[in-house]
Amino acid sequence: MAKMTMVQAINLALHEEMERDDSVIVMGEDVGVDEGVFRVTAGLHEAFGSARVLDTPLAESGILGTAIGMALAGLRPVAEMQFSGFSYLMFPQLEGHGSRFRSRTQGRMTVPLVVRMPYGGGVRALEHHSESREASYAHLPGVKVVIPSGPRNARALMAAAVRDPDPVVFMEPKRSYRVFREEVPEEPEIGQIGRARIAREGSDLTLVSWGAMMRPVLHAAEEVTSSRGASIEVIDLLTISPLDGSAIARSVSKTGRCVVVQEAPRSLGVASEVIAQINDRALMHLEAPVNRITGYDVVTPYFGREMGYIPGPGRIRRGIEETLDF
Amino acid sequence: MPLTEIGRYSLRRLEILDENGEVDPALEPDLSAEDLVKLYRAMLLAREDDQRMFKMQRQGRVGTFGPNTGQEAAVCGPALALSPRDWLVGSFRELGARLMRGEPLTHSYLFHNGYEEGNVFDGMERTLPISIIVGAQTLHAVGIAYAMKYRTEKDAAVLAFIGDGGTSQGDFHEALNFASVWQVPVVFVVQNNGWAISLPRSRQAHCATLAQRAIAYDIPGVQVDGNDALATYSAAREALDRARSGGGPSLIEAVTYRLMMHTTADDPRKYRTEEEVEQWWKRDPIPRFRRYLESKSIWDDAKQAALEAGIKEEIDEAVKKFESMDGFKPDAPFDHVFGTRHESIEEQRAAFLANLEGEA
Repeated sequence: MAKMTMVQAINLALHEEMERDDSVIVMGEDVGVDEGVFRVTAGLHEAFGSARVLDTPLAESGILGTAIGMALAGLRPVAEMQFSGFSYLMFPQLEGHGSRFRSRTQGRMTVPLVVRMPYGGGVRALEHHSESREASYAHLPGVKVVIPSGPRNARALMAAAVRDPDPVVFMEPKRSYRVFREEVPEEPEIGQIGRARIAREGSDLTLVSWGAMMRPVLHAAEEVTSSRGASIEVIDLLTISPLDGSAIARSVSKTGRCVVVQEAPRSLGVASEVIAQINDRALMHLEAPVNRITGYDVVTPYFGREMGYIPGPGRIRRGIEETLDF
Repeated sequence: MPLTEIGRYSLRRLEILDENGEVDPALEPDLSAEDLVKLYRAMLLAREDDQRMFKMQRQGRVGTFGPNTGQEAAVCGPALALSPRDWLVGSFRELGARLMRGEPLTHSYLFHNGYEEGNVFDGMERTLPISIIVGAQTLHAVGIAYAMKYRTEKDAAVLAFIGDGGTSQGDFHEALNFASVWQVPVVFVVQNNGWAISLPRSRQAHCATLAQRAIAYDIPGVQVDGNDALATYSAAREALDRARSGGGPSLIEAVTYRLMMHTTADDPRKYRTEEEVEQWWKRDPIPRFRRYLESKSIWDDAKQAALEAGIKEEIDEAVKKFESMDGFKPDAPFDHVFGTRHESIEEQRAAFLANLEGEA
């Protein structure tokens, strides 16, 4: 066991997967000699060389389009988008081709690739460096969207994403990259894409969240537990699409109350879908309306104002209390 | 400081067989009679199949499609230079090349009748399906070529087609740039057919040629008479040989003409003159190639009649086979969302099937 940050844990998974399988290659802007702007690809260039750790020209559509070609020809590219805010330039390649080759050819041609991208706010970054747009990718059939929340699950899910037979958008909460360390086992762990995790068991209320919001969510759950003695269950989605609706329904059927916490804008996001799933599967168990604590439907403000817009422990705690008191 | 010249560039155009079927012996490729007939047959089959599909479309037996009439030399010449180890990455107007790669005639009917099954055939491993989004496929070609280089595959390359409209897309430029930086074995053929739906080539790009795009990316580029099958073959052969032996990417502009509509959904009379189309019918690639074969005493009227009859029979049979196809699994789309099973998809499949039953 070793204590490591999320950056180190993802890096470990990439090392392990590249070591295991020479069809795995890492590509993107500054991922090689520079080792990535967040150092997620540290040591890879030195270990595997420039043909496998490929510094590409600065063109996101080019990166993903060529990665699709590589995957069609039997490689397993892990393509980095330097920031999710630049990833929309590759969206047409993902929507138009990456997500479709399997169905277009009825399974004869497939695109096993990972698109890594740091996302989310709270790091005092320039415009386009703070958004949380997982819903945009989650709306594409044929694409899986994975968002780890901590070092250990990040390592396990990255390994699973690399081995997955289909395109996986792997969104890394950059605010959680280095803020805490976790024990990561020596032996490789392979996560299960499509499965949520119970991060904390409880019986009075279900909190559902993912990514960087997991930290303030767990904090708020502790606070409410100690202040009111309420028993809060916390679900960490880990996979946004395909969503683990059963796990949510099981928990909400037990607790009867639910709060969903999402960093992204309020409307038409993952929280909306979580609530719809509860409506489909667990409505009659509810004792209070499902509450959602979210960002707002505004363009993500520059970082001078951003903290008021991102849900924090206070807002989350008040949301939990409202729902408990309903 | 005085200005200094830091570069000088030139560009060539290749023509071998003129409109009258006269060949330039110095440039004539060394093709066997068998290969020449194969190429002629491929062009004629593509033409006749196109015409049949056009009739079928007008009768409502297939949906919208983009006819390739007039562009057979631009497509079949390069395809003749392919080996089975090469990849073909097409757009949507390369019928002749697809047929030469072993795609059954039935499959373009199926595809254009709304079934993914039209993309699936034995031997498809290195032939990508039709790519509708203009220009996007050029990047796939470069990625495939990178994988070949990475795996040190010898004697193989990728042939990628795009149209004149596609050269305005960012993906095309990114593809040329990535291919050039990586020096991977890919050959881009631009079928410049004069029109991107209603936009003429002159308003697609201001430059005199599309071949000159190669200069900016520092790769070999050439313009060829795209209605001259010997020229399109020779240019592609040379570029593919260079790519297969580690010489990197190339760009070929094949100047041709779309004699029919962009797709069966538009009417070209709205944007171009009948006179212009008439002029291009005179440059039809197929009669000139026939004259060339006749001049070499490879071809005569009896062979022509036999070929036409054979092609008609082949198409008749394919149409009959296509129209007898049924049993398309209604829930097939659920089989191919992912390679792994997911509860949410399976729940939706069950709902879909239940609904189907409810409507029966």
